[in-house]
Amino acid sequence: MSLEVSDLRVYYQTLRGDVRALDGVSFSLADGEIMGLVGESGSGKSTLGKSLIRLDSRMRHVGGSVRVNDTELPIGNDPAMNPFRFHEVSLIPQYAMSALNPTRRIGRMIRELLGSRGVQYSAVRPELERRLALVGLEPDVLRRFPIELSGGMKQRVVMVLSTLLDPALLIADEVTSALDVSTQRAVSEALVEFRDRGYVSSMVFVSHDLALVAQIADTTMVMYAGKLAEKAPTATLVSEPRHPYTRMLLHSLPEVGVTIDERRQEGVAGNPPGLLDPPTGCRFRARCPLADDTCATEPPFVDVEPDHWVACWKAE
Amino acid sequence: MLKLDRVHKVYRVGTFGTDRLTAVSDVGFEVHPGRVVSLIGESGSGKSTIGRMVLRLASVTSGSITFAGNDVSQLRRHRHRKDYYRHVQGVFQDPFSSFNPIFKVDRVFEMLRSEYFPGTTDPEWRRRMGESIRTVTLDPGEVLGKFPHQLSGGQLQRLLIARALMLDLRLLVADEIISMLDASTRIDVLNLLGDLRARGLGVLFVTHDLALGTYVSDTSVILRSGRIVEMGPTGHVFAKPQHPYTRSLLASVPQLHRSWAEVDAELSAEPDGPCPVHTAADTEVLPGPLVRIDDDHFVGCSGDGTGTRC
Repeated sequence: MSLEVSDLRVYYQTLRGDVRALDGVSFSLADGEIMGLVGESGSGKSTLGKSLIRLDSRMRHVGGSVRVNDTELPIGNDPAMNPFRFHEVSLIPQYAMSALNPTRRIGRMIRELLGSRGVQYSAVRPELERRLALVGLEPDVLRRFPIELSGGMKQRVVMVLSTLLDPALLIADEVTSALDVSTQRAVSEALVEFRDRGYVSSMVFVSHDLALVAQIADTTMVMYAGKLAEKAPTATLVSEPRHPYTRMLLHSLPEVGVTIDERRQEGVAGNPPGLLDPPTGCRFRARCPLADDTCATEPPFVDVEPDHWVACWKAE
Repeated sequence: MLKLDRVHKVYRVGTFGTDRLTAVSDVGFEVHPGRVVSLIGESGSGKSTIGRMVLRLASVTSGSITFAGNDVSQLRRHRHRKDYYRHVQGVFQDPFSSFNPIFKVDRVFEMLRSEYFPGTTDPEWRRRMGESIRTVTLDPGEVLGKFPHQLSGGQLQRLLIARALMLDLRLLVADEIISMLDASTRIDVLNLLGDLRARGLGVLFVTHDLALGTYVSDTSVILRSGRIVEMGPTGHVFAKPQHPYTRSLLASVPQLHRSWAEVDAELSAEPDGPCPVHTAADTEVLPGPLVRIDDDHFVGCSGDGTGTRC
């Protein structure tokens, strides 16, 4: 297991109290596994991604643990996390285009970054150029400023940079949401290629686009209101979803070529609950067509068949 | 109803405005009442510029945009322009920036009232506002009196459509209105567009997402670098894409039940046809007019538009 998360709780501190953005999340990732992480805005998917590498000042680690290759990450302790960042756990941020320092040439920026983590630039330079070539970039980009590159090129530079030290875990947070469809495909396929070549051992691919996740992820995990709803191999999740939320989510996605006249699709009615004072029991209860009295008790996240976990009383 | 004829848009760029950037060239199509036309393209394809020109937020360099026979760029008098916006309204990508965060959402309706319906009495106005909000499948009691941050993006977007519907709306320019919404609420806004279409509203739907672009549209217009590469009834364009660019776009769209590899295999089984505009004998391969290949299905030159051989 390259990643094991157990009962992780991370709350946001606000003046009105704690927002329980991540409320008891447990799952694990096998070596070489790409896990897609989907959910609506506010479901906690980005919070989970961030918790694995860096809590910002408003976030507080309330409980639970994260282990990467059997070493526990001190996620609540910012300085103690430093030796793990970049080496063991790395991140491709949501807006990779603004992650590059505009006042530095890319090569120099990478040299400074490696230096700050105690790595010699000259030692990794050949590997850096090899990987840039792999994503279709000339070594010449190292002498350019970020402004001279297109959005897709910058995204690929950040990808190569994030994975340069072969981290055990890579978190890709909405990496393609700002890209055109053709660039989105190229970037996503490059991520899979990086995994295949062993540059990263496992990956959490955060996205709101279930169709994109279906293309590249081995397993998919659905989050709802700070909790896990379902995790399964992607093909199983798409064809035989067990959780009513996953089903409704899948039904709300129009497919290419399907028109409203042929088949009208429906969204998930209602809004997710506020997490300042979350409801008791199943958090999806208010929007769920199957809900009854049993749902007043919180359903556990259990496996219904090997590798298929669901948190729902109604999932047989 | 809305007709674009050989529309061009050239921007001056560079420090002194000395360089020219052609954002839209030779674009022509029509939007009829009760029809949805999707403008589909990647960044820089000119799709938003077209929407902005229709809304008179950008000037037309050459060509004409007419609405019900009147040239949109020739509306000189305030009264005429105001009249135009009575029939044509836009909704944009980011619902949060369309509302002023320090005022309640009701303000967008109040401003409409003071501008267009100054004589309406309070009860009458409230009745019409409630009616319009219910049309967009919202509950007036639930959304009115709230601040923008208290509502979801989908609710705000539908409120903006409700606001537009209070006018004598005939054409809605919807510029990427769902790209910032959650997957689960996108479909609600699309269904709403479908319902409004059934009531006779014309919609110009600007999007970069092919799957969402096809769901409600009657006609699809595929744009690349400011030019139309393919245009036709949505079913035809997506079932039998003719232009290599349309095909490559389709091959890149992630689909739930088909992998990219499967789509690639299907497309390569049916190779690109010859360029419909030029033959091998042509010496000039400048992008020419679109060629009709089927009833209303038009395709442009297969070249990349730079004058290299197609």
